[in-house]
Amino acid sequence: MPIDKRVASTAEALEGVSDGATVLCSGFGGAGFANVLIRALRERGTRNLTLVSNSATHRLSLTHELIEAGLVRKVICSAARGHAPGLSAFEELWKDGKIELVVLPQGTFAECLRAGGAGIPAFYTPSGFGTELAAGKEVRRFGDRDYVLETAIIGDLALVRADVADRWGNLSFRHAQANFGPAMATAAKLTVAEVRVAQAEPIPPAQVQVSGVFVNRVLAVGG
Amino acid sequence: MQPLNRLQMAWRAAQDIEDGMVVNLGLGMPVACGDYVRPGLEVVIQSENGVIGAGPLADKAHADTDLVDAGSRRITLAPGASIIDSAASFAMIRGGHVDATILGAFEVAANGDLANWDMRIPNKGPLVGGAMDLAACAKSVWVIMEFNTRKGGPRLLNRCTLPLTAPNCVRRIFTDVAVVDVTAEGFVVREIVAGLSREELQARSGAPLHFASDCRALAAPEIALPDA
Repeated sequence: MPIDKRVASTAEALEGVSDGATVLCSGFGGAGFANVLIRALRERGTRNLTLVSNSATHRLSLTHELIEAGLVRKVICSAARGHAPGLSAFEELWKDGKIELVVLPQGTFAECLRAGGAGIPAFYTPSGFGTELAAGKEVRRFGDRDYVLETAIIGDLALVRADVADRWGNLSFRHAQANFGPAMATAAKLTVAEVRVAQAEPIPPAQVQVSGVFVNRVLAVGG
Repeated sequence: MQPLNRLQMAWRAAQDIEDGMVVNLGLGMPVACGDYVRPGLEVVIQSENGVIGAGPLADKAHADTDLVDAGSRRITLAPGASIIDSAASFAMIRGGHVDATILGAFEVAANGDLANWDMRIPNKGPLVGGAMDLAACAKSVWVIMEFNTRKGGPRLLNRCTLPLTAPNCVRRIFTDVAVVDVTAEGFVVREIVAGLSREELQARSGAPLHFASDCRALAAPEIALPDA
């Protein structure tokens, strides 16, 4: 049977996602947010989510809508500060103890995902050593440096934005759209990509940035 | 005494960028350094979201939300640029492939401890971003910050009072009134702005200052701030 990972609707794209899921959302600085799928997840009302996203408060990411809608139990990120003078939706919930927060150095955040998708349960990194983000974590000395033990992140669902997908689920990105996408795609049990174009023709193999092996469903959203 | 303005501080830091260096520029004053790299040099600006070879800001007609730097600014690509994903970009940083990072800061201690990520503002969420990876792993860590806080308090201290970004990492500090190295002996002033005495500078510092034997005047060309 021909492989075809293209789906026709957000409902099909998110089918089977359950309450309590750990959701990996790619995107950085306006590039690569899977906002069609994120909004669909909110409208679906799936709750008690653990949101793994570099920023909990980025204006251009609709992840803040998941938080505002009260669907998120816990956030794992490197940035959780609102941009406006007042408090962001995340900060309002956080100050009242209604949402759990784990902050990681951004490189550790990325490597936790890479490791998660690569079968590495934990790794030592120099980042964060000697800071409060390493409090309670195992430290080990290799050579003349101290390293912090960090554990991998594995998601139930990854929502990734790419430019082009083919029916095999291969992905290519525009410019800096990739950011956390490739690592997140490998680190989730179900990876869904929203793309500008989902084509039947194969992407030229050397232009594939994420192998379709890591991608379960693709949804064309244009744009 | 005429302290350097923020763009002049960025200019001064940029003068220490050498030909061929791979440099990561932090948010705020540091990103402005990219505009003041000495003519004739070719450097690679590493942006931690994976844009390796960031060029100047894009004009309105060419601004593209898919082409941004670590500060979410819409940028262009320099010739020879590459774009990689975040995990690879931080592998580049942790792996020691970035020659220097220029970061903003709140405090630096005499042993090189850096505090630049959390001012402990009540209820404001923490924002660490890539600062800890860069501070811990870039081959050289330089800081641009005003010598004193807005209230006149010291930022050069014996020990940081704010949460650390990384211990013992800062090598050079570019301020509005002095350029200061962090050495095994503590702070060593390399340059001091004209009209400010060594005693006055020391009085504004929270830690002992040594003065280099070849301590020079800190000077920069006139650069107007855009909002001035």
